[in-house]
Amino acid sequence: MMIKPLILYVLAMLSAPFFSAVILKVKAFFGGKKGPPLLINYYTLIKLFKKGAVYSTSTTLIFKLGPMVSLCAALTVLLFLPMGGYPSVLSFNGDVIFIFYLLGLGRFFTIAAAMDTASPFEGMGAAREAYFPIICEATMFMILVLLYKLTQDLQLNAYFSGAQPAGLWSIAGSPMFFVLIALFIILLTENSRVPVDDPATHLELTMIHEVMVLDHSGPDLAFIELGSFYKLFFYSSLVARLVFPFKPGHFMLNIGQFTLVLFMVYVAVGVIESVMARYRMDKVPKFVLTSFVLAFFATIITLEFIR
Amino acid sequence: MNTSFLKISNGQAILREAIPHLPFDVFREKAIALVADNGKVVQFFAYPDGDKLKMLAVLRNESLFVAGCDAPAVYPSLTLDAEPFHLFEREMAEQYGLIPQGHPWLKMVRYHKNCQNTPDVFGNSYDQDIPGNYPYYSVTGPEIHEVAVGPVHAGVIEPGHFRFNCIGERVLHLEIQLGYQHRGVETLMVNSEPKRLPVIAEGIAGDTAVGNSLCLSQALEALMSIKPDFGAHIIRTIGLELERIANHVGDLGALSGDVAFLPPANYFGRMRGDFLNLSLLLCGNRFGKGLVRPGGTQFSLPDDLRRTMNERMGELRTQVKHVIDLLFTTSSVQSRFERCGVVSKADADKLGLVGPAGRACGLSYDVRRCFPTEHYSRLDIPENAKNTGDVYARATVRAEEVLQSITIIHSLLNGPIQTQCVEARQEYALAPSSFVVTLNEAWRGELSHALLTDETGNIVRYKVKDPSFHNWNGLAMSLRDTGISDFPLNNKSFNLSYCGHDL
Repeated sequence: MMIKPLILYVLAMLSAPFFSAVILKVKAFFGGKKGPPLLINYYTLIKLFKKGAVYSTSTTLIFKLGPMVSLCAALTVLLFLPMGGYPSVLSFNGDVIFIFYLLGLGRFFTIAAAMDTASPFEGMGAAREAYFPIICEATMFMILVLLYKLTQDLQLNAYFSGAQPAGLWSIAGSPMFFVLIALFIILLTENSRVPVDDPATHLELTMIHEVMVLDHSGPDLAFIELGSFYKLFFYSSLVARLVFPFKPGHFMLNIGQFTLVLFMVYVAVGVIESVMARYRMDKVPKFVLTSFVLAFFATIITLEFIR
Repeated sequence: MNTSFLKISNGQAILREAIPHLPFDVFREKAIALVADNGKVVQFFAYPDGDKLKMLAVLRNESLFVAGCDAPAVYPSLTLDAEPFHLFEREMAEQYGLIPQGHPWLKMVRYHKNCQNTPDVFGNSYDQDIPGNYPYYSVTGPEIHEVAVGPVHAGVIEPGHFRFNCIGERVLHLEIQLGYQHRGVETLMVNSEPKRLPVIAEGIAGDTAVGNSLCLSQALEALMSIKPDFGAHIIRTIGLELERIANHVGDLGALSGDVAFLPPANYFGRMRGDFLNLSLLLCGNRFGKGLVRPGGTQFSLPDDLRRTMNERMGELRTQVKHVIDLLFTTSSVQSRFERCGVVSKADADKLGLVGPAGRACGLSYDVRRCFPTEHYSRLDIPENAKNTGDVYARATVRAEEVLQSITIIHSLLNGPIQTQCVEARQEYALAPSSFVVTLNEAWRGELSHALLTDETGNIVRYKVKDPSFHNWNGLAMSLRDTGISDFPLNNKSFNLSYCGHDL
C-alpha cells in the first residue's frame, strides 16, 4: 500500500508549520501571555512569499541557492521518514546515511550562503553552525551503529515502522532509553532551540542559526523557515515514534495517536524553552557531547548483551 | 593665597573667588595626590573666563573638593599619574582644544568641533557627519577577526558603535565609540532662556528625567538661596526612587530575556509599566517629567493618592520579590550570570566606576549615603557592595536596590506629606560670580551638574556629567577575555546611557 505513506507525506508537509507554532504557544503560556495564533507560521509564510527579495551586491549565486537547497534537502528527507509506524515513501538499504548527509548538504549550503555575504556576524554564525553539528553527527552515527547492531539493517523503515521500535524497546530497553534522550538533545541542537540557541533573540552576537539568515528576505526567507519547520518535524517524528512505539490497527486511530504524541514532543520543546535559560556558548559543546556519551554507552551495553 | 583644594559641600553655592586658583603645576600635583588618596573625579572641565581659558576640577574622597587653574594650551597629562582623569582630558581636548601631552589614548569623545575655533586636536574637519577620522585599537594576527556592531542596531535602541577584536569566540578587546547622539546640551543650557532650563534638563537622558531635573533644581536653588519645604524633599525623593525601581526592574527583565529565560522577562516587563504608572499618578508623566522644579515640586501628594500609592507598592513588592526569587534561583540563569564579564576591583577603581556597576565590583560609593541631598540624610541607605564584579553581582545589586527602594518609598508614604507646590518660573535671579556643583545618585550612579555664573548672574558654563561617562569603559573592560556571545548580556547588565554620555 503506497497510498498511506503518500497521504502522510502530504499531511506532514502541510502541518509542520502548525506544530512549530505550538512551541510559541507553550512559551507564551509560561510567560503569562496570550501568544500568537496557532496559524501564525502560515500567515508569516504567505506574507514572505508575497514579498520581493533584496540581494546584497556582494553576494553571488551561492547566496540564492542556499535557501532552495536547504528546503529541497528537508523535503527529500521527509520522503524517507516513516510516520506513525507506516513505511516511508522512499526507502533503500543504507538510506539513513543518505538522509543525514542530505541534511548535511542543506546545512553546507546555508553556511556557504552565509559566508557569501562577507558579513562578520554571518561568518561567526557559520562557524558555530559548522561546529556543533559535528558532535551531533558523531552521536547520530553512534545511534545508527547501535540500531544496526540490533536490527542488522541500515534503513529508517527497519527501525521506525511496523513492529519497530516496540521490538527494539523489548530487546534492549535501557539502551533505547539512552537513544531517546540522545535523539532529543540532537533535536534541540540541530533545530537551534533553547538551551543551545535562542530562536527568539534579536541579538546578532549570540545567535547561531538565525544570524546566518539575516540577509535573506522575502521568498528566500520563507524557504528557509519552511525548511526548518520540516527539519524539526523530521526529528520530532523520530522522537515521537520512540516515545510511543505501538501501532493501533485502524489507520485513523493510528494517525490520531501519532499526532498526539508528536504534539507532546513539541510541547516538551516549548516547556524546556520556558523553564531554562540557554547555555553559555562555551558550555554548548559539553551539552551536545552528553548525547554522544549516552549513545556510546548504549552501544557498549548492547555489545555486552549480544555476546 | 590658598595652595590646596577647597572642601565644599554638595549643592552649596560658593563665590568663584573662593575657589582656590592654583598655578598649573601645583594644581596637577594636588589633584593627583587627592586621587591617589582614594579620590575620584566628579567634574573636570574647562571654561572661558573673559578671554582666558580656565580649568576646574571637583574631586571627591570622603568630602568634595574644588580647585581651578589657568588652562595651558598644552599640558602634561594628568592621566599618566591618575587614570580617572582619562576621559575628562579627552573631553577637554575636544571641547576646548587643550592638549594633554602624553595622554595614552587621545581620541575624540563625541566627534564635534571645539568651541574655541582653534584647529582640531584630532585633525578632523567635520565637514562629514560620519565617518570620523579616528584611530582604533588594532590587533593583528592570522586568526584575529574584527566584528563591528552599530551604530544602527537590531532593535529600537540608541546608536553606538562597538568594535570587537576577537580570536574565535573570545574577545581580546572591545572599543566603544559614541557621540551619535550629541545634541550640544551644555551649550544649549548656557544659551537658552532660563525658564526652559528644567525642560531641557529633563531631556538630557529620558530615562533619568528626575535625576537630571533634581541636579538642575538643586543647583538653581542654591544660586537663588531658596529652600524647598520638607514635603517637597520627600516627594522628590519618592520620584527619584520610583525612577530607580522602574529602570532596575526593566533591566532585570531584559537580562532574563537575554539568556532566553522568558517568564521573568515578561513579568518584569509588566511590572516596570506598573512602576511607571505610579510616577504617572504622582505627576501625570510616566517618566517623572514635570515633577521636580526649582523651589520644590509642581505636584503635591494628597492623602488619598498617598494611600493608593502605598497600597499598590505593597502589592507590587510581593510580586517583585517573587519574580526576583524565580530569576536568581534558576540554576541555568545562575550559570550564565556567574563569572560572566568580570571587572576587577582594581580596574573599577582606576576607571572610577560609579553606581550599581561600581558597587558590583566592591566600590560601595553611593551619593545617597556619602553626599546626601533631599530626604536621604534621614534615610538609612545600605552599602550593597559585592565583590565578584560579574553580571551576577550587577544583577544582584539591582535586585537588592529595587527592594530597598520599595521599602524607602513605603516608609516615606506612611505619614502625611505637606508641600506648597511651585509654579514654573519665568525668571531666575542667580547669584553673580558663583559656582555650585550638585551630585545625586541617579539609577545609573553619580549624576552631577556644575554651574558657573558671571558678574551679572548669567550662566557662563553648564557642565553635565552622566554616570555613563565613567561606566562605558567598565563595559569595555568586562568584555576582555569573555565570549563575544556574552556581549549583549554584559551590555544589559550595565545598561548605560548613550544620550547621557553624548549630551
